[in-house]
Amino acid sequence: MSAGGITAEPPVTAAPPPSAEPGRLGRYLTGAFFLAPALLMLGVWMVYPAVYTIVRSFFGQQGFIGTWVGIDNYKHLFTTSTLTTAIKNNAIWVAVVPALVTAIGLVFAVLTERVSWAVAFKTAVFLPMAISAFATGVTWRLMYQQDPGQGAINALGKTISGVISPAGVLPSASPSTPSLQTTPGGAMVLKTPTHPGGVALLGLTAISPEQVPKSAVQAVTPPTKPGEIVGTVWRDFKPGGGKPGVVEKGELGLPGVTVVLRDSAGKVVQSAKSKADGSFDFTKLQPGTYKAGIGAQTFAKPFGGYSWLGPSLITPSLLIAYIWIWAGFAMVVIGAGLSAMPRDVLEAARTDGGSEWQVFRRVTVPLLAPVLSVVFVTMIINVLKVFDIVYALAPESTQQNANVLALAMYYTAFSGGGNFGVGSAIAVFLFLLVVPVLLLNIRRFKREV
Amino acid sequence: MKRHWVVAVAVVVVLAVAAAAAYGSTSTTSKGSKAQVNTAVSGSISFDGIWTASSGQKQFQDVINAFEKLYPKVHVNYKPVGNNLPTVLATAVAGGHPPDMADIAQPGTIKQFATEGKLKPIAYASSTIGKYFAPAWKQLGTFNGKLYALVFKAANKSVVWYNVPAFKNAGVTPPKTFSKLLADAKTIKASGTPAYSIGGADGWTLTDMFENIYLRTFGAAKYDALSAHKIKWTDSSVTTALKAMAKIIGDTPNIYGGTSGALQYGFNDSVTNAFSSPAKAAMVFEADFVGGVITSSTKAKPKTGFNTFTWPSITPGPDASAVEIAGDLFVTFRDNPAIEAFVKYLATPQAAEVWAKQGGFGTGNHNVPASIYPDAITRATEAPILTAKSVVFDMSDNQPPSFGATTGQGEWGLFQQFLKNPKNIKGLQSSLEKAAAAAYKKGK
Repeated sequence: MSAGGITAEPPVTAAPPPSAEPGRLGRYLTGAFFLAPALLMLGVWMVYPAVYTIVRSFFGQQGFIGTWVGIDNYKHLFTTSTLTTAIKNNAIWVAVVPALVTAIGLVFAVLTERVSWAVAFKTAVFLPMAISAFATGVTWRLMYQQDPGQGAINALGKTISGVISPAGVLPSASPSTPSLQTTPGGAMVLKTPTHPGGVALLGLTAISPEQVPKSAVQAVTPPTKPGEIVGTVWRDFKPGGGKPGVVEKGELGLPGVTVVLRDSAGKVVQSAKSKADGSFDFTKLQPGTYKAGIGAQTFAKPFGGYSWLGPSLITPSLLIAYIWIWAGFAMVVIGAGLSAMPRDVLEAARTDGGSEWQVFRRVTVPLLAPVLSVVFVTMIINVLKVFDIVYALAPESTQQNANVLALAMYYTAFSGGGNFGVGSAIAVFLFLLVVPVLLLNIRRFKREV
Repeated sequence: MKRHWVVAVAVVVVLAVAAAAAYGSTSTTSKGSKAQVNTAVSGSISFDGIWTASSGQKQFQDVINAFEKLYPKVHVNYKPVGNNLPTVLATAVAGGHPPDMADIAQPGTIKQFATEGKLKPIAYASSTIGKYFAPAWKQLGTFNGKLYALVFKAANKSVVWYNVPAFKNAGVTPPKTFSKLLADAKTIKASGTPAYSIGGADGWTLTDMFENIYLRTFGAAKYDALSAHKIKWTDSSVTTALKAMAKIIGDTPNIYGGTSGALQYGFNDSVTNAFSSPAKAAMVFEADFVGGVITSSTKAKPKTGFNTFTWPSITPGPDASAVEIAGDLFVTFRDNPAIEAFVKYLATPQAAEVWAKQGGFGTGNHNVPASIYPDAITRATEAPILTAKSVVFDMSDNQPPSFGATTGQGEWGLFQQFLKNPKNIKGLQSSLEKAAAAAYKKGK
């Protein structure tokens, strides 16, 4: 064996001149052979589509290529309101998300270095990364529902506001007796004054059978009594409607409603609670004119929830959900940078009398700058391309308000729009926005290598 | 020479037998007796459809299986593409490799394909379709003067679904006229339940409402003219219809969740809200497929929990029996005996019955007996399709998709704006006209 190896040696040293060419060519071919699959795939799935998209963006909407339209598609991109909204929203995303994600990630990373349950905390913060953005969108959409019975966030709001200002017993009721009117404050008052010996009929509608207390019985008009004002609060509705303002058979009294009596000066004279048949009476009254009514508290609406998914709040809502996803990523990357940081520098700074805040500002952050910028730049690229969470989270009715370039591209070219020309133009524009950031990233990779 | 004669005679005999078999199969199977098998036609057919495993693929496969029993040498490959079908198809057509047949729900797309010369006319099935369908249906499949499509499946969109206990509480019965509907809605509100449940997050629920109002007010001819943009959106007829619609969507306290709620609830939410117990709302204005959502996601039972009524007439409405449908139109991109046999078969009552008896299926095929539908409510929603004097296709499906069928844009988006601000009728009309004009100009 060793002899064979030795005898093989001379020709190698002797051969170079004649065999150098084939050798280099062979190496080149081998290289090409191994590169070919990757190159082929890059060509078919990256280069060709990219070039085709750029070319396509100068042609009309339909067909494989369409008709030449020059830069019309680009003009369209900057003059159509739905597309300019998308550009504006993308700008908001870029301005807000990378900075906040990096900042929150940094805070989490630094803080988790100091807590004993860091692993649990890190897992919890990082977990959203493991969920697909689409699923996140669907989940947050449920949490953002306006109806506090459905949306978790508004349910929390309802619990809090329920303590501060509880809902009334008849929140949905509206007046039925013609002279019963709603005041600006939400109370209901009989417009026509009543005298002692008279009757005050307070008919209410828009009360579902479920809202009527179980103890309620057939409403009655109480007999008049001298020196007293009597009356009834009742659900002025029977199947088919009935006569408004008239107590009829089949209409139930509303027990437990607080009725207030005011004198002509507007001062509260008495208040009374209605009985099971809805009747109430005010006794021992001085002669004069009085107005009966029901306080606003009875009709206080329960907390209806904020419209998180409505046109004005949809973009902030999306940003919150998106930051929730990516904060974990930032925390882990920055945390890795932090653990690789030389401890002695920190120790030295502390020994020199630096406060924790000074150490953080003047030592930790500058030393972490390369890592922070990686996170920041990655987030810019991610945010420019953002699509799935907007698509999944924003309801159709506000997707125009939440529009971003990638989503606009999808709707313009594919789902319904069918305009491949403008769609390609959006894609090219998006590409141009990403390129400088990409170059920056590539340059830094090279430097680090 | 003699050999040639023999061959020629043999060919003639085979053809005659085949023809007899084909004839026999259509004449005998309609009575449900033994079907005759045709082995003369062979080949395979690729078919791209919208139905997936969760939405009717099995039922359509049953139709295919029944066909393949009659034509054992023909094989149909059904591909469940799902909701992306228009995109997939447009790309396949642009690339020059369309399937043999496809199911398209948007007549606007068919018109475009037909104009580009991508489709094959199905004149060979004309007499079969004429035999089983009213002329209106043939008209729905005719584009540029030629018959290109068979309306295989139709959904009745002129339907209103109501919560039976909510109507009972309010003491109202299904209204026959629009003014009665509005009066009943007031009564329902007084009973403590909002009358309307609107799925405004899906723009198409709003355009459907407008389309039914327009159809009921001005009739099929004007409806079709507006569909084709021969009447402008700024027309006074549109103003009238929008004013009527504003009476519903402008009645904010009578909509479950108010305006902002209605904008956030999608079609499915609007159905589950109206048919939960206790009812959150009393009525949903949507097509026959609401029934499927009710049975799958609520506990309401037919007749005692939910029921339907036909879209009320709007006096002086020209034709209260007119029905708006959405449907599946079958088109062919190629032409051969196998495809011809399949298209003809699909037009027969036998094909429709295979699916109809499993539910979730309506058809304009008047030889399909109503008794085949699995329940009374389906029978009630499908019957108007057959008796209607005029049948019109969903307007937004008729229009270029960039105007009529794009999420949040064009007609859908603008009607959502209308729901937000029902007073702005003039503004809505000019925006609609602007968007429509742009879409129709681009389509050319």
